Amino acid sequence: MAGAGPGKALPVRRRRRHPQWRGLLYIAPAMALVVVFFVMPVLFTGWMSLHNWPLLGSPRWIGFNNYFRMANDARFVSALRFTTYYTVIVTIAIFAVAFPLAIFVEKHRRFVGAYRTIIFLPVVVGLASASLLWVWLANVDSGFVGPALKALGVVEKSPNLLATFDSAFFTIIVMVVWKIAGFTMIILLTGLQAIPSELAEAARIDGAGRWQRFRYITLPLMRRTIALALIISVTGSILAFDQFYIMTSGGPQNRMISVVYYIFNQSFVSFNLGYGAALSIALLAILVVISVMQLRLLRVGEDRA
Amino acid sequence: MTLSKMNASMSLSRRRRARKAFRAESTYHATGVAIALFFLVPFAITLLASFRHGTEARLPPLPPWPANGISLDSYRSLDTFGAGVWQHTFNSLLVSLATVALTVAVSVLAGYGFSRYRFPLKNVLFVLIIATLMIPFQSILTPLFIILARLGLNNSLFGLTLVYVTLQLPFSVFMMRNAFDAVPKEIEEAARIDGARDLKLLFRVLMPLVLPGIATVAIFAFLNAWNEFLAALVLLSSNEKYTLPVLMMAVRAGRLGAVNWGAVQAGVAVMTLPCLVVFLLLQRYYMRGLMAGAVK
Repeated sequence: MAGAGPGKALPVRRRRRHPQWRGLLYIAPAMALVVVFFVMPVLFTGWMSLHNWPLLGSPRWIGFNNYFRMANDARFVSALRFTTYYTVIVTIAIFAVAFPLAIFVEKHRRFVGAYRTIIFLPVVVGLASASLLWVWLANVDSGFVGPALKALGVVEKSPNLLATFDSAFFTIIVMVVWKIAGFTMIILLTGLQAIPSELAEAARIDGAGRWQRFRYITLPLMRRTIALALIISVTGSILAFDQFYIMTSGGPQNRMISVVYYIFNQSFVSFNLGYGAALSIALLAILVVISVMQLRLLRVGEDRA
Repeated sequence: MTLSKMNASMSLSRRRRARKAFRAESTYHATGVAIALFFLVPFAITLLASFRHGTEARLPPLPPWPANGISLDSYRSLDTFGAGVWQHTFNSLLVSLATVALTVAVSVLAGYGFSRYRFPLKNVLFVLIIATLMIPFQSILTPLFIILARLGLNNSLFGLTLVYVTLQLPFSVFMMRNAFDAVPKEIEEAARIDGARDLKLLFRVLMPLVLPGIATVAIFAFLNAWNEFLAALVLLSSNEKYTLPVLMMAVRAGRLGAVNWGAVQAGVAVMTLPCLVVFLLLQRYYMRGLMAGAVK
């Protein structure tokens, strides 16, 4: 570039110095959409959260009362507790399945491409479709799982999987793992493939066992990828709604109300729009904290790797 | 003699090694098939069961295939919900395809603008678009609902489309900016000398070069719009406007306490098949997008 000579560089620099306003024209549609359907709603959420905002009738300024209410709202606290519980369990389950899968499909063997594709298939269908599919599979009389277990003689009576909290929760975890594991697998696979094979080879020659190689070579080198997959899984799980709404309707004894589900109920079932907005701000704050933690985690990964 | 003995022992060890490799290979593929079955069987059972007779819809899918002849009863009963399955499939298709078209148009323009022009606040605006990824749209549904109502776009498929396009923008603008960045400036210079400027340059010369990026953006826009549930549930209020996932809520709720599982199976088939087909046909572009997102 520098070799182009001063005579040539001058006009280029002059052209670049004054702004090219036409560029703004190109990005205008995107900016308009982001401002109207994202920036304004975010600001508006904050504004609404300071009001008692019914669906009909005029909103009334109530300051921070919605936030005080939130602190004493037992149902919100239990929604938070349930969402945390779900996030922890489902993330562990996804990793427990996706990591072995990633190692399984990393090998260069025949049909490995087909395995990858098949494992990934559920990722591209909607969570709503997947929930519907599994609510049928789990149905006590007309489904597949219970009747098949009965036909195989494993159980005497087809179990009603969605009737008790534990079995319904377990069913949802299985559904989500089925739906999401392929995605996490592909993310982890990119990390695995980035590890130079000479490293593992050298360790093997030095007498490191399979577990030692995994623990001291694979895991540390994949820190960044693992952090990324972890964050995607955690943020996605915190926002879970479809599976609880479709599969159990918040079911058994309203014990499966996630945070988003609770916001949905407050805003669009009870029409406490102001309170719903305050809850949204709380959710938003939680996710921003997690996003910041994400950046830090990723950076830590970079340092050590 | 010693030579032949050596040969014999070598071939023996080679045979043993071959047998061991074969056993490892078999174990590997047996595991692979078992895994593949777990991920495939739910789709297969649903699709097969959806072609059973209406009288069998209540029965468990044992065997899953239509043992008493193929019938479209389940699809017919799905058609009795809402405004009919054609109407809702049409709604879903309309929203998804419009989302694809608008997302591509808006993100190509924005990607080009961000990649090739210099203007004040350029980086701030780019970061603003990307930063919307950090904020979940679930938390801004209430104001979206009110803003759309003020714009006269409540309960409108167009309003829903605009929301979907906005949700696609961070990923799509990022993809398209990278796609344009990857096009060598010399091509543009040459085209400029030939007299192609601005929009003409963009559409005639650059568009074909960023087509893979457009394919990626389009697939993600289609799948996300086709599959989205919560925003559609909140923003659409009249029956005939429902997209497929919202229609399925009526099917899931059932009538008089009884769920028509045949209609559920048919509905799942209608909702999942387009996704699977689009993915299998355009897998390469889908994976590119995934990697771009992952690497970022």
